[in-house]
Amino acid sequence: MDLAIVGSGVVGRSVADLASDYGHRVTAMADSSSAAVDPDGLDVAAVLDRKETEGAVGTADPEAALEADYDVLVEATPTTLGDAQPGFGHVKAALERDRHVVLANKGPVAERYADVMALAAESDGEVRFEATVGGAIPVLSTIEDYGPGKISAARGILNGTANFILSRMAAEGLSYEHVLAEAQDLGVAEADPSFDVEGTDAALKCVIVANVLAQGAREYTLEDAIVAGIEEIPPSALELAQEDGRTIRLIGEVSGGEVRVGPRLVPRDSDLAPDGTRNIVQLETENAGRLNVSGRGAGGPETATAVLADVGRLE
Amino acid sequence: MSDRADTVRAYTVRLELVDEPGELLRALEPIANNGGNLLSIFHERGNVTPRGHIPVEVDLEATPERFEDIVTALQDAGVNVIQAGQERYSAELTVVLIGHLVNTDLSDTLSRLRDETEGRVTDLSLSAPKGADDVSSARVRLATEQGSVESTLSAVRAVADEKDLRVIEPLAAGGEA
Repeated sequence: MDLAIVGSGVVGRSVADLASDYGHRVTAMADSSSAAVDPDGLDVAAVLDRKETEGAVGTADPEAALEADYDVLVEATPTTLGDAQPGFGHVKAALERDRHVVLANKGPVAERYADVMALAAESDGEVRFEATVGGAIPVLSTIEDYGPGKISAARGILNGTANFILSRMAAEGLSYEHVLAEAQDLGVAEADPSFDVEGTDAALKCVIVANVLAQGAREYTLEDAIVAGIEEIPPSALELAQEDGRTIRLIGEVSGGEVRVGPRLVPRDSDLAPDGTRNIVQLETENAGRLNVSGRGAGGPETATAVLADVGRLE
Repeated sequence: MSDRADTVRAYTVRLELVDEPGELLRALEPIANNGGNLLSIFHERGNVTPRGHIPVEVDLEATPERFEDIVTALQDAGVNVIQAGQERYSAELTVVLIGHLVNTDLSDTLSRLRDETEGRVTDLSLSAPKGADDVSSARVRLATEQGSVESTLSAVRAVADEKDLRVIEPLAAGGEA
């Protein structure tokens, strides 16, 4: 498949880097200010090198990537809320050209799911978005394979940063501020961690799962989610939980038409209390009980594998 | 709710005792002897059944298996067991409250939890490492009825909300998680 990659952050660059391993070719790549296009396939190493040294992937206008020859548009620009632009516009442009779209950007399917599906219905192209939920973990394809109608609820740890902070606080008895600074030093938390620690990131993923489970019967957006973060949890709360054989984790839950993200008490030995940045999703299935999928929920190559798995499904 | 056999549950047993000295003690012995943990005894001395017996309500904790042994032992000891196994407090709910617990009158919070929820506070742990004026945490365990977990939780939320306390709820209310 020929890929046009829009967005040259960690995920976009990893997709470009790994594409040839999976038998694909990158014909266009764009960042926010430029694009590189070659219908015969870009020299990915040269493009990534240029991005690193000059801060831009190429010399063409960024729009040129959208107009290039490709089979699949990989949308990996940063997640935006509300109108989900410019990601949504990129999805629209590709579908209107009857091209496939693979999203790593959560915005379009979390905030404008119905609009995206309406565009897809009119197009010969398909939209896939495995990479938007749980990084490398096959959450959405598991739901798709099992049948969304046969899954009554989903819950899990969908933000590695928040999980890292809570598990470190519990293990070391340290304050939130202390562990956050440590996480930032380790590159586990961003300089502005609000998206992660306020629960927004996990909520967007839950909203996407809710949209998939609802199968069009109802549309969910971030506004439908009840969201609480982890910033105000003192070490004493974790200590009391611990004394009782429990711990506190930021859990996202999709159940009974409700999307909820917040710190919850879980047994210390529960599947839903992994340590570090590990993610896990637990599905309540109709005929097979509880199904757990877990693994790395973020990172360049990890998320890129989910993107490339989606590309593979389109072949 | 986990139905594992080793899970300790709360049970209420209603007994009818003959109004004689030592009757109550005789009724309680089989509970302790069979590994039950007595939570409370409500001895209605003024209230006499039509048969002239005194009703006593006993709350206890035991695993389901031990509870059966307890009921058998009570019956063997000639104690009249009116109701057993109808678990009045059959679900347990643990929450952690965070905030200015001390300055917002913890004992008032607890009595309101007792009065305004359908549950009963069976355990409390407070941690205020930085003193009464700072944010502290409390772990509160409530015993409630199987079908009332959600309403108990809502009542906890309402009391906490009023006092600007944060509630860390269990994942599956009253459940194993």
